[in-house]
Amino acid sequence: MTAGLGTMAAPVAVPRRARRSRLPVALLAVAVGLVALSAVRLVTGADDLTSSGTVGAALRLAVPIGLAGLGGLWAERSGVVNIGLEGMLILGTWGGAWAGWHWGPWAGALVGMLFGALGGLLHAAATVTFGVDHIVSGVAITILGGGVARFLSALAYKHVPGAGVTQSPPVRDIGTVSIPGTGDWLRSVERHHWFVASDLAGMLRGLTTGVSRLALVAVLLVPLSYWILWRTKLGLRIRSCGENPQAAESLGVNVYRMKYLAVIVSGALAGLGGAFLSEVAAGIYREGQTNGRGYIGLAAMIFGNWRPGGLAAGAGLFGYTDALNLRSGGESVHALLLLLAVLLVAVAVWNVVRRRRLMAAVTLAVAGLLLWWFLAADRVPDEFVGFAPHLTTLLVLSLAAQRLRMPAADGRPYRRGEAR
Amino acid sequence: MRRVDPRAAGLAIGAPVLAVLFAALLSSIALVISGSSPIETFQSIVDYGTRPHNLIEIVNKSVTYYLSGLAVAIGFRMNLFNIGVDGQYRIAAFAAAVVGAAVPLPGVLRIVLVILVAVVVGALWAGLAAVLKVTRGVSEVISTIMLNAIAGGLVFYFLSPERLGVQATSNQIRTELLPADSWFPNFALSDGTLYGFVLVAIGCGAAYWVLLNRTRFGFDLRATGLSESAAVASGVNVKRMVVASMLLSGGVAGLVGLPVLLSDTHYYGQDFPLGYGFTGIAIALLGRNHPVGIAFGALLWSFLERSSLILDIQGVPKEIVTIMQGVTVLSVVIAYELVRRFGLVRQQRRVAAELSAQGAEARA
Repeated sequence: MTAGLGTMAAPVAVPRRARRSRLPVALLAVAVGLVALSAVRLVTGADDLTSSGTVGAALRLAVPIGLAGLGGLWAERSGVVNIGLEGMLILGTWGGAWAGWHWGPWAGALVGMLFGALGGLLHAAATVTFGVDHIVSGVAITILGGGVARFLSALAYKHVPGAGVTQSPPVRDIGTVSIPGTGDWLRSVERHHWFVASDLAGMLRGLTTGVSRLALVAVLLVPLSYWILWRTKLGLRIRSCGENPQAAESLGVNVYRMKYLAVIVSGALAGLGGAFLSEVAAGIYREGQTNGRGYIGLAAMIFGNWRPGGLAAGAGLFGYTDALNLRSGGESVHALLLLLAVLLVAVAVWNVVRRRRLMAAVTLAVAGLLLWWFLAADRVPDEFVGFAPHLTTLLVLSLAAQRLRMPAADGRPYRRGEAR
Repeated sequence: MRRVDPRAAGLAIGAPVLAVLFAALLSSIALVISGSSPIETFQSIVDYGTRPHNLIEIVNKSVTYYLSGLAVAIGFRMNLFNIGVDGQYRIAAFAAAVVGAAVPLPGVLRIVLVILVAVVVGALWAGLAAVLKVTRGVSEVISTIMLNAIAGGLVFYFLSPERLGVQATSNQIRTELLPADSWFPNFALSDGTLYGFVLVAIGCGAAYWVLLNRTRFGFDLRATGLSESAAVASGVNVKRMVVASMLLSGGVAGLVGLPVLLSDTHYYGQDFPLGYGFTGIAIALLGRNHPVGIAFGALLWSFLERSSLILDIQGVPKEIVTIMQGVTVLSVVIAYELVRRFGLVRQQRRVAAELSAQGAEARA
C-alpha cells in the first residue's frame, strides 16, 4: 500500500525552460493581490480584511501550519510521506506546555521539539527500517500521539489545580518583539482607510509590532531549510534519496541514515509547531488543540509544490482564512466571496484562451454561484466560516494540483541493495 | 484447491498475536511507570470485559467499528486512503435522520428509506473526493480530510432550530425523533439489548468477501491495488475503478452511524458520536482488510474501550487503553511486514533449492 500524496498522473517529462528568477512574478502577484483586496475592502466596507489585527492573527495561526508543512517538506524530500505530522504536532503541544510550565517558555520550545523528534524517530523506524507503508505508520502515530498526550497528562497533572487529563496549567508567554519606530505612524495611516496605503500600513503593522519571538524563529526556519536542503551537500544527499534512492546508494550515500535524519528533523519541526500552538497561540495545552493543523500543513506543502517558499505562501493563506474566523468572520469572508468570484472569472478567461472549454464553463458556473451568494446575503454564517480554510485548501488544490511535481520516489518503499 | 502451507498459516496467525503481546508488554511498562501493577490491571480488564452485560455492549459497539473498518478496507484494497469516513457517516446519518423523520411511510419501509438515504449520501460525499482525484489529480488523503471538516460545518449549520433541527430541551438541539414503528428491531437478551444491526454488519462483511473474491469487479479492484500499470495493461479503466470503489467505500461509511441512529438515539443530535472513521482505519489495519480479521479488530478495539471503564474506578489512568490501541496498531503493521518479508525469503530459498535439485537431476 503505497501512494504518493500529490498527483496521481504518472510523472510526465516537463519541457525545461531556462531557469528564470521567480521573484518578480511573486512580487507582481503580491501587488495585484493587495490592490484587489483593497478594492474589495472599499466596495464592501469589510475593514477587517486587511487590519493589523487580522494580519497579526494570521501570522500567529500560520506559524504552526507552516512548521508542520516544513516538517512535511523535510520528510518528503527524503522520500518519506509523513502523515503522522498531526501526531507529532500533538506531542509537541503537550511537551511544550509541560516543559514551559516547569522551566519557562524557551525550555518548552526545546522540549516540544524533542517530543516531536521522538515521534519522527518512531516514524523513521517503522517506515525505513521495517518498511511499513508510510501512510499506515503515520495514521498509527497520530492515534498514538493522542493517547500518549492523554496518558502523560493523567500522570503529570494529577494533583495540579486547574489542570487535568485534558489541559495543562497556563504557560508563561515567551514575549514579543516590535521593530522600533513603526507602530505609531502606521497606525495613523491605517485609521484613514485609504485605498492601498492603509491596507499596506495595516499589514506592515501586523507583521512588525508585537510579533512573538517564537514566530520570528519559525519564520527564519523557512530560509534556513531552503539553504540546507538546496545549497549544502547534506541537502543534496537528502533530496537525492527522495528522487532516486538507488542512484544515491550507488554514489555512496547512506540512504537509511539520510532518511532517518530528515524524518527526525521533520518531527522536530512539527513538534516546535505544536509548542508554538500551546505556548504562544493559546498559553495552555488543551486536548484537540491541533484540530487537524498537521494535515493542513501537509496540504500547504503540496500547494507550495514541495518548495519552502510556496509552502510559506500556502501556510500564510490558510492562516489568513483562519484569522478571519476570529475577526468579524461573517462579514470578512462574505467580502472574500466577491474577490474569489473575480479570481475565478479570471481563471475562466484563461481557460477559454487555452481552449479548455469544460474547465472554463465549470469555473464560470462556480464564479456565478459565488457572486449570487455575495449579492443575496449580508454575511456568511459562522458555521461556514469555520471550514473556510479547509474549503480554500480544496479549491486551491483542485485548481493547482496538476501542475505540481512531487519528489519522484516519494512514498515508495526502498530496501538497501535491492534493484528497482 | 490451494495447498495450505502450515508454516505460512502459523505465521499469519502468529504475527498479530505476537504484536498484541508486544503491545501488552509496552503497556505494562507504562503501567509500572504510573505506579500500578500490570498483572492486576490486566486481570481486572479481562474480568470486567467478560461480564455478560459488558459483552453485549462490546458487540454493539463493534458493529459500528466493523462497518467503519469495512469502509476503509474497500479503499485500502485499491490503494485508496479514505480518511473521510468520519465526515461521510456524519453527513449521511444526519440526512437519513432528517429524511426518515419527514417522510410518512409505514415502519419497515421507513427503515429501508433511512438506510438508502444514508448509503447514497455517504457515497456522494465520498464521490466528491473521487471526482477531484480523477479529474483534477487531488490526492484523496488531503481532500477527504478537508471534506470531514466541511461535512461537520454543514451539519452544524443545518442542525439549528431555524433550519432542520428542533430545540428538544434548553441545551439540546436535535433532529425530529424517528417514529417508534421504524426503530430497528433489536434482540432483547437477559443481560441487555443486542443491536439487530449486527446482522446487517455480518451481511456487509459477507458481501465484501464475495465482491472482492468472486466477481470481475473485485478482481479488477485488487489488481489495480496491487499494480496499477499491470491493471491498465489488462484493460482496467483505473479512473472508473477509483470512482466506483470510492462510492462503494462511502456507501458503507454511510451505514456507520446507523446502529446508533436506528437502535439507540433515534435522532441526530449535537452529541452524535465523532471519530469512528479514524477508529475504522486502525481496525482495517488490524484486520488486514480481511472481513473476518476486521471483525476481530473491531471486537478487540471495543473490548479495550469498554474495559477501560473499570480502570478509572481502580485509580489507574484509563488513557493507558488509548496507548495500548496505538501501540497495537503500530506493532501489528510492523509484524505483518516482517512476516511478509520473512515469507518472501523463505519462498526464494525454496525455489532456489528446487531449481538446484532439478539441475542436479538433469546432470545425473
